[in-house]
This record gives sequence, structure tokens and C-alpha cells, in this order.
Amino acid sequence: MSVKNIMRIKNAIEKVMNAVFFVCGMIAIASVVLITIYMLLSGLPAIVEIGPINFLFGTVWKSTAKEPSFGILPFILTSLWGTAGAALIGVPIGLLTAVFLSKVAPKKLAVPVSAAVELLAGIPSVVYGLVGMLVLVPAVAQAFDLANGASLFSAILVLSIMILPSIISVSVTALNAVPPEYEEASLALGATKSETYFKVSVPAARSGIAAGVVLGIGRAIGEAMAVMMVAGNVATMPELFKSVTFLTTAVAKEMSYASGLQRQALFSIALVLFIFIMIINGVLNFVLKGGNKNEK
Amino acid sequence: MENGMENVTPIIQTRNLVLHYGSFQALKGIDMDILPQEVTAFIGPSGCGKSTFLKTLNRMQDLIPNVRIDGKVTFHGRDIFDKEVDVTWLRQKIGMVFQKPNPFPMSIYDNIAYGPRLHGHPSRAQLDEIVERTLRGAALWDEVKDRLKKSALGLSGGQQQRMCIARAMAVNPEVILMDEPTSALDPASTMKIEELMTELKKEYTVVIVTHNMQQAARISDKCAFFLVGELIEMGPTEDVFSRPKDKRTEDYITGRFG
Repeated sequence: MSVKNIMRIKNAIEKVMNAVFFVCGMIAIASVVLITIYMLLSGLPAIVEIGPINFLFGTVWKSTAKEPSFGILPFILTSLWGTAGAALIGVPIGLLTAVFLSKVAPKKLAVPVSAAVELLAGIPSVVYGLVGMLVLVPAVAQAFDLANGASLFSAILVLSIMILPSIISVSVTALNAVPPEYEEASLALGATKSETYFKVSVPAARSGIAAGVVLGIGRAIGEAMAVMMVAGNVATMPELFKSVTFLTTAVAKEMSYASGLQRQALFSIALVLFIFIMIINGVLNFVLKGGNKNEK
Repeated sequence: MENGMENVTPIIQTRNLVLHYGSFQALKGIDMDILPQEVTAFIGPSGCGKSTFLKTLNRMQDLIPNVRIDGKVTFHGRDIFDKEVDVTWLRQKIGMVFQKPNPFPMSIYDNIAYGPRLHGHPSRAQLDEIVERTLRGAALWDEVKDRLKKSALGLSGGQQQRMCIARAMAVNPEVILMDEPTSALDPASTMKIEELMTELKKEYTVVIVTHNMQQAARISDKCAFFLVGELIEMGPTEDVFSRPKDKRTEDYITGRFG
């Protein structure tokens, strides 16, 4: 075969490969675009029919009553409180674990703890739900003297554990990237190690840590299965020790038998959830970019 | 060790200081007296142990795993490895400036205020005073007084290093250790820092490691020559440079090796 022919074949292969790369890249974009369009098309009609105010701020959800009512404020608030509660518990624990893993722990301890964190990320949410249902819910019922432990509180506890891996792994990466010169400078000024971690290392890694927190919040707000198994799923305005329904579980529990306007309203709930996730992603991008700007 | 001024009490003394990294002996029994209000320079080829020795004086070596230190280091006559000695106190009293300028990713003001805030609860007015005094002391005030709230990372390398000197001064040290403070800087910035040394020794004891023999000759009162973990010779800088007692010092200074 002549050199020219070989070159021709090589060029052809390059072109084909480029096309393959391009198509693969397009699959991701196409999926997002398709899902977005589908969500809008199937979610908007019910919102228009019910009225956006009645839908978003209505406090009563009776989708199967003779005179149905489709107010999803209880779900929205439950999702917000649940996520905020999970962050309230999960962020300090996650951050301290990250500092421990990145700065404090001797290697002998850091390796098994890191492995455990990774394992935590890999546990299917239905398993979290199962353990929550069989162990946590009865424990909560007993501890707070409730008839039923399935509540917002139980959901918050489960979610706070579930968001730990995102917070920890992203924060550890950010903390490991802090130049050791910063820490040396602090120690040389007479700071203790803890003072150095919290006054120099953590602030220097703040954009990465914030990204981990936002990622965790994204996971919490989108979680359905585990929450469904421990929250009780009654469509009432949220209270800490009452049975509640999240945006995700509102969709999941009725979808299998819904029809007509009820079915459309479930799509609308999914659309609201979708918008929440979009906002969180936007915040995440903003945080990451803002962080880079600070460092320059 | 012959210092030529026995009537002054040394601020730092080391006796038979031996340091191992694992099984490697980096310092082989150093005896040294460092006198107050002087600039003492450590010279010697790369790997001779001069930086290692410097970092032992404020116990920054503690941070490196597998280091074993034997022998004695005293500060004002107190053994710095004594269990009673608070290492944060020691490092406050014996400050350090590093080879590469290492400002925190914060404003200039917060960089200087970092140390004072660690060691007390200074008022705003006290902090303002400390920031201005130390930045003036480091000959940086006029250049940065209008941008104190801006990030210290925006300063030039030379300005960053002078800010690091000011930051070290802000916790009222008695000794300032400098580990090749000008090796990452351009000649103009280097000159500014050398000028600063003469001012600094009025208030502080300065110990500086340098690769640059001219620098040692220009700025130091005492000069110590290290070679493969040993202190070969120490004395008044003029004597070391013009009348070295040891053949190896003479060879190094005249550029025969190193």
C-alpha cells in the first residue's frame, strides 16, 4: 500500500471518529432539550387550567375527590423544609468529615473512612428507605412519643445522610487543593492546626465546598424513593413531626393510577421540580465561576 | 563557637543539634549562638542543611513526618522542645518569612490582621494601627494604603513578600527567620528587601538563609557557612569573607564549588 493510500485511510478514520464524538455529544444535549420540551408541553396545560396561583399557592390537594383541588403548596414547602433541614444537619457533618479526611486523619484512618463515604454514595436509595422505614421511623416514634414516626423529621434525617457523600467528596477535593504554603504561613504565625483549618484552609476552599453543598441540595430535592418510604405521604402542610408529601413523592405515588386532569397536574408538579433543579444547577455554575474569579 | 562578642547574651543557642529525616542525617551536631539585634546569614551549597536548621528554630520541622531531632535548642535560655513550651507561643516569638511569598487569599488588611486576631481580640482601631505600623515597617504602606481591602494576591511578587514580612511583624516577634526571601524576586524587589533588613535589625533579630553570597556580605553582621549538615565556620561576616579560617569556606566563597 502506498503512503498516500495509508494517509487517505487515516484521514477517513479521523473523520468518522469525529462524527462519532459529535453524535455522542449531541445525545446528551438532545436528551435535555427533549425532556425540557416534553415537561413544558405536558406540565403547562394543567397549570393553565387550574390557574398558576391556585396551583402553586393552593394549600389543599385532593386529586381524587369529587370536586378535586390541586394546590401544591404543601409539597413545595415540604420539599423546601426537608432539603433545608437535611442541609442544616448534613452540611456541618459533611464539612467536618471533609476537614478530617483532608487534613487531620492519619492515612490508616483516612483510607477506610473514605471508602465508607464512597460506599454511602453507592447505596441505592431504596435501601436507605428500607432501613429508614424499619429502624428510623419506629425509633423516631418512640423517642418523640408519636403514633407514627413516618414524618418530615424522619425524611430529613435520611436525606441528611444521603447528601453526605456529595458534600464530603467535593469538599475533600477542594481542601486537598489548598496550597500547603497557606497553611504553613498560618502555623508560622502561631496558629494552632484547628485555627489554620478553619481560618485559612476552609475559606480558601470555599467555592469548592459550596459546590459540594449545592450538589447535595440537588440530590436531596430530587430524591423520591427513600423519602416516600419514611415521610408518610399525607398531603398536608408540613410540620416537623407530621406525615408529609414531597414534590417527588406526590408524583410517584399517584402516577400509576392517575388520569385526566389529575395526571396532567402530576406532570405540572414534575415541571415545578424540574425548575427547582434548574435553579440549583444555575446556582452551582455561578458558585463555581464566582469562586474561580476570587482566586485570581 | 567563636562569635567575637561574648559579652552579649545569645537569644538563640543550639548545642549538638542533630536532625534525621528517616535514616538520613541532615544536621550533624550544630552548635551556634545567635545574638539579638543582628542579621545572621546562613550560606552554603544546596542541600547543606541551612534551611533545615532554620526551620528547626521555630519548630516548623515538627510538621514533617519522620523527623527526629536530638540535641538542644534554647530561646532566651529555655529549651524549645520542652513539654512546657507552647509551640504557638514560640512561633509567635520567632516569626518566619518563606522562600515563595505566601499571602493568604484575603485582603491585604486581613492578611496583616490574621495574626493579631489569633492571639487576642484587638479593637478595630488597634488593628488599623498594627496594619499601618507594620506596612510602614515593611516599606509597603505608601504603595498599598489605598487598596488595603483588595486581595493580596493582586500585589506583585516583591510587594507580596514585603507584605509577608509585615504580617510576620504584626504578632510582635523577637526573631524573624527568612528562608531565601528574595530567591523568587526580581533584582529591584530584592534590593528593597535588603534595604529593609537594616531597618528590621533595629527591632528584631534576623536570621536569613541565602544562596546569594553577595547578599550575605551586604546585609549580615554574622555569617555561618554550612556544608553537608555541618556548621563549618561562623563569625563576623567581614572575617568570614575576607579571612576565612577553614579551607572549605575559602573554596566556597572564592567560587571553587557550590
